[in-house]
Amino acid sequence: MSAVTDTHAQDDHHHGPAKGITRWLLTTNHKDIGSMYLIFSFTMFLLGGAMAMVIRAELFQPGLQIVQPEFFNQMTTMHGLIMVFGAVMPAFVGLANWMLPLMVGAPDMALPRMNNWSFWLLPCAFLILVSTLFMEGGAPNFGWTFYAPLSTTYGPPSTTFFIFAVHIMGISSIMGAINVIATILNMRAPGMTLMKMPLFVWTWLITAFLLIAVMPVLAGVVTMMLMDINFGTSFFDASGGGDPVLFQHLFWFFGHPEVYIMILPAFGAVSHIIPAFSRKPLFGYASMVYAVGAIALLSFVVWAHHMFTVGIPIAGQLFFMYATMLIAVPTGVKVFNWVATMFRGSLTFEAPMLFAVAFVILFTIGGFSGLMLAIAPADFQYHDTYFVVAHFHYVLVPGAIFGIFASAYFWLPKWTGHMYDETLAKTHFWLSFVGMNLAFFPMHFLGLAGMPRRIPDYALQFADFNMISSIGAFMFGATQLLFLWIVVKCARGGEKAPAKPWDGAEGLEWTVPSPAPYHTFSTPPEVK
Amino acid sequence: MAENQTYYVPEQSIWPIVGTVGLGVMMYGLASIMVNGNQGTGTTGAWITFSIGSAIMVYMLSGWFGNVIKESRSGLYNAQMDRSFRWGMSWFIFSEIMFFAAFFGALFYARVFSIPWLGGEGDKGSANMLWEGFQATWPLLNTPDPQAYPAPAGTIGPWGLPLINTILLVTSSFTLTIGHHALKENHRQKAKTWLGATIALALVFVCVQGYEYVHAYRDLNLTLESGIYGSTFFMLTGFHGAHVILGTLMLVIMLIRIQKGHFSADNHFGFEAAAWYWHFVDVVWLGLFVFVYVM
Repeated sequence: MSAVTDTHAQDDHHHGPAKGITRWLLTTNHKDIGSMYLIFSFTMFLLGGAMAMVIRAELFQPGLQIVQPEFFNQMTTMHGLIMVFGAVMPAFVGLANWMLPLMVGAPDMALPRMNNWSFWLLPCAFLILVSTLFMEGGAPNFGWTFYAPLSTTYGPPSTTFFIFAVHIMGISSIMGAINVIATILNMRAPGMTLMKMPLFVWTWLITAFLLIAVMPVLAGVVTMMLMDINFGTSFFDASGGGDPVLFQHLFWFFGHPEVYIMILPAFGAVSHIIPAFSRKPLFGYASMVYAVGAIALLSFVVWAHHMFTVGIPIAGQLFFMYATMLIAVPTGVKVFNWVATMFRGSLTFEAPMLFAVAFVILFTIGGFSGLMLAIAPADFQYHDTYFVVAHFHYVLVPGAIFGIFASAYFWLPKWTGHMYDETLAKTHFWLSFVGMNLAFFPMHFLGLAGMPRRIPDYALQFADFNMISSIGAFMFGATQLLFLWIVVKCARGGEKAPAKPWDGAEGLEWTVPSPAPYHTFSTPPEVK
Repeated sequence: MAENQTYYVPEQSIWPIVGTVGLGVMMYGLASIMVNGNQGTGTTGAWITFSIGSAIMVYMLSGWFGNVIKESRSGLYNAQMDRSFRWGMSWFIFSEIMFFAAFFGALFYARVFSIPWLGGEGDKGSANMLWEGFQATWPLLNTPDPQAYPAPAGTIGPWGLPLINTILLVTSSFTLTIGHHALKENHRQKAKTWLGATIALALVFVCVQGYEYVHAYRDLNLTLESGIYGSTFFMLTGFHGAHVILGTLMLVIMLIRIQKGHFSADNHFGFEAAAWYWHFVDVVWLGLFVFVYVM
């Protein structure tokens, strides 16, 4: 509004934020929007986490104690959807909003108003999604992958609301990704060529490309579901010539790049943190860039490894098996480079570094179990067991989420102007590390022994490992309240942070004061 | 255009939050219409909700674009801003291409895999045991379960109305380009004429498509419910038609803006963006004509 009537306001770049709630509702400032994304993401992390606690409480012992199977299914479904679309993705978009303009020396994101819309659509989408819990027939109960015909023929009436919620999330993601690409391609400071860009910028450029390529496919597949449910089409019904397997192909064409969307920005952040605390430049910058590019391209041709058991021709199984294994090559390059960066460095282990090192080790474990799953004949044994649950929690929790924690501790001084409490942060790390391994490592054994996923009850021989797993999950869950306290404490006060609190850190974001002023780089800096 | 050295960062704006409320209310209303309709409860309230949401969206879009036009005309944007818009529009069109790709993918999958398998051919031909006697044909004039999905009596041949529509759309891309060149040479009247011709061709296209739908439903029993052929046919052509209508709306707005004297010979990205969108719609149609109608 004011932008039109008050056209000379543009000369006044150095005023602070507006007062009151309108600051957040109407803002066009990348830092405000970044903070809102991060707060929203953490709220969703706690909500999805609470659902995980319900799941683990029910699985603490064999038999049905706490919830009915119908509600259990709603919990597993909503836990997955909320964590993927509400917690992990928005956290990375929040980091992108805060850091990309600072890293490339831009005054803001390329399209600041659209940036605000991208954010506010998310609470709107999740309001609709969470409201399905209170609808007749309950919330979606078909798993976060919402396979047809479970979600079409047999889904609850609330499925239609779920579909529209996914549409709104998709619109938000696509607009966010367009903004990221336009910012990176068009707003870099003079002298910052593509191969001089920080790796977090590179990984986000590629992530944004993946988002724009696959979110519309998700929109397409949920639209087909909508039509099958409400308008009598037969996309996923073989009696009309369609095929439920078609759903899986379309879903995983979205879904596999989606899992890289959730990890590539973490790769980028870790590639800043490890050099900073090793006090050495990153080993193999160019190979890191090419590796991310290769991972992104391969992600489009591996989707059917999620569906080896569904009945695809043998040639298809072989192709997708070998293509999937190829991904281990660029991923191995990245892990090698991180380790080589640490080799003979002057290492210190502040909280960001602890999370980053744990990321490298534990994500690699998740990568190896991924290789096991990629072997088609072996996958027939693991498919739909807790081994799969162990695998993707190992890449998502110590992968994506540890990456986010590492980034949060690394950049908190820049955001708040204060140092966080290092002792509490290290406690947060160790409790998370132990809790998370306790929760997810036994799941490998459960899966190999044949325990199926997505069930509220199980045979007696699985009891011990499940109890250990639940204890670890409670530990990990409760620990995250400590993280909330650390961040609140850091935002409210503490030791003043210098412009560059980490002596080994590199990049334009450390050239501005801490906390970063409301407007930065109104005139672009020169990069040599 | 390039006189403004700093990148324009807008002040606070009310439009994103208005758009959020509008889109949320609209989507909630739309979902309620469908769910209440299926359950046989009344849909009046849901229709009212949907209408309110849509009205808010129209208000938001006109206000937001109005802002951008005013800012652009008061010289706040520089060449860098122009590039942001270009990147934004290009990637938006790419996302639209991927949306259509999902539906083309469904069409190819049905033709190459699921229908032959159901008919007993190929690697997964044992699927034929589900509906023995089902013959794989394309166009699909018999469905595996005719009770659930009654087969159509026929399909739309490519060399009648669809061919006319192809000629209409391809011609419209040319007329639009002539209009664009006229604008670049500052021949405003000529630009208006050719843009007007483009819009006329677009409207005729929409009418022909509407007539084709009536013919399919009334005479051929080709509907959304007549199996995978009807599903892919109507979803592909239907989404394309919706994009044609949206593109036409953009072109109409561009005509009004030329009338108001908004564009100059070297600064008219609004027009170019609408033109890009129009060419995208045209290319999608060529894909439809080949893969849905001809093959």
